[in-house]
Amino acid sequence: MSTAAIAEKRPSSLRGASLPKWSPYAIALGSLALAVLIGTLGGLHSRVQWGLIAALLFILGTYGVSARVEGRRQAKDRVATSLVWVAFLLAVVPLVSLVWTTVQRGVKVLDVYFLTHSMGVVADTEPGGGIYHAIIGSLEQVGLATLIGAPIGVLTAIYLVEYGRGRLAQAVTFFVDVMTGIPSIVAGLFILSLMLIFKMQPFGFAGSLALAILMMPVVVRSTEEMLKLVPNELREASLALGVPKWRTILKVVLPTSIGGITTGIVLSIARIAGETAPVLLLVFGNPFINTNPFEGAQSSLPLYIYQQYANSVGSGAAYDRAWAASLTLIAFVMILNLGARGIARWKAPR
Amino acid sequence: MAKRIDVSGLTAYYGAHKAIEDISMTVEPRSVTAFIGPSGCGKSTFLRTLNRMHEVTPGGRVEGKVLLDSEDLYGAGVDPVAVRREVGMVFQRPNPFPTMSIFDNVAAGLRLNGGYKKSELADVVEKSLRGANLWNEVKDRLNKPGAGLSGGQQQRLCIARAIAVEPKVLLMDEPCSALDPISTLAIEDLMGKLKEQFTIVIVTHNMQQAARVSDRTAFFNLAGVGQPGRLIELDDTERIFSNPSVQATEDYISGRFG
Repeated sequence: MSTAAIAEKRPSSLRGASLPKWSPYAIALGSLALAVLIGTLGGLHSRVQWGLIAALLFILGTYGVSARVEGRRQAKDRVATSLVWVAFLLAVVPLVSLVWTTVQRGVKVLDVYFLTHSMGVVADTEPGGGIYHAIIGSLEQVGLATLIGAPIGVLTAIYLVEYGRGRLAQAVTFFVDVMTGIPSIVAGLFILSLMLIFKMQPFGFAGSLALAILMMPVVVRSTEEMLKLVPNELREASLALGVPKWRTILKVVLPTSIGGITTGIVLSIARIAGETAPVLLLVFGNPFINTNPFEGAQSSLPLYIYQQYANSVGSGAAYDRAWAASLTLIAFVMILNLGARGIARWKAPR
Repeated sequence: MAKRIDVSGLTAYYGAHKAIEDISMTVEPRSVTAFIGPSGCGKSTFLRTLNRMHEVTPGGRVEGKVLLDSEDLYGAGVDPVAVRREVGMVFQRPNPFPTMSIFDNVAAGLRLNGGYKKSELADVVEKSLRGANLWNEVKDRLNKPGAGLSGGQQQRLCIARAIAVEPKVLLMDEPCSALDPISTLAIEDLMGKLKEQFTIVIVTHNMQQAARVSDRTAFFNLAGVGQPGRLIELDDTERIFSNPSVQATEDYISGRFG
């Protein structure tokens, strides 16, 4: 008798019963239908409740069906998979909802006119006007903050990773950690107190300083991690060629990690671009176009959104402008992120 | 061009831990000297003291003298960067710079040290790649990234990079341990060629390799775990492998170690 014949008669110990590939979708559809039924019969109006019931039914149903057909281990595996999916959907729903709402309400007044005109001669209650002054303010304040914060942050990280030993490095690390937790309003108050000492009026650069304070620890942290990822062998290879340490850092370590460092800097720019509190304190807001960040009040996108929304009682125009400015801000941050990804991919070691 | 190394009374530490103790030896110019010995006996540490790479490790420090043609590498006012230009190094794992092309990798030492004309650069790169037996394989793709080569080619690229700065001595820390036999053979052939110009010191765990490539062999050992490593004996390779004067050496190379 051949061995193949024996194998055919014996049930395989390696292959058990398994659910067909479409079963998760079927269970999902079934639990959704059941949830809608329960929802309508029970008189639940909130769609969120329907969704949660469907998610619960889906997980229970998956476990029940799978445990019966495939066994308990596979059932647990499937439940873990469905939990991950449910968590993913729960995370995505608010995100999509936020983007959708902003786009829906923002496109109403968002056009070239809106992007190229200020609020100079438009009262907050009237329609018209735009965000040109706020875009100028945002770009200048965030740009100057980046010019201050990014180099200091990157250099600090280089010190910590490449040179820092002992007490000083520990102290720097500790204070960077503390700075990460500074609320933005406190950074604003810090600069404000300096301004009061020197009896200065609000101006854009003061906001930049506060934003730079907020940006620095984020840049230090991300750059530190990126520099630590550079293999020590590369540093040693360069040093063994008789290259001084500073050139090794400049020509070998930094180019190897430049993609990650840029991503970190851009993410921190995205973080400060949405800061309102310090800008409110230090830059004050200004409906007119002021292109000089070193003198006179300016506006900025988050501040504009806040002020328009605060004045929107009984005025649909201000309300619409707030949403349109929000859409612009989100688009700005998203373009920055895409740009960072592009740079990271372009500069990545091949 | 090649230089003699005279080591006397060298002791190296990692922080409070003594890694190697009281090593004295002479490395002859234009020859291959192999270091063999069990793991942790300080071969690599000793090798790294010969171009002051040991002190790159946090806590690493050295006592004693290393004379390179009668000039002490650890003398007052000696610049470690200048030492490393004289004494090049090839590492265990191939480590080409990932952001650079093959050409740039070889040119790296010259470029990063500055003071080179562009026209000379191409010649030096070609000469170094020929010296490392790699030119024919890469001459058509010099602008491709160095990390795209095979492991053996990468290691020869690293050798080309090391010899491009024209050192007097070339230190090799287990250069073949991550390579297949054919790449190993290529690198061993290369060592035979390079020793006409350079003083070569190689650390290896492969005793056949030591027997094949080296003119002189040094055996290192340690008395026990946590004890510093010591030089047991240094002699012509033939004598070490046929009739060593210390029993421990014979036990180690005949596999009766321990």
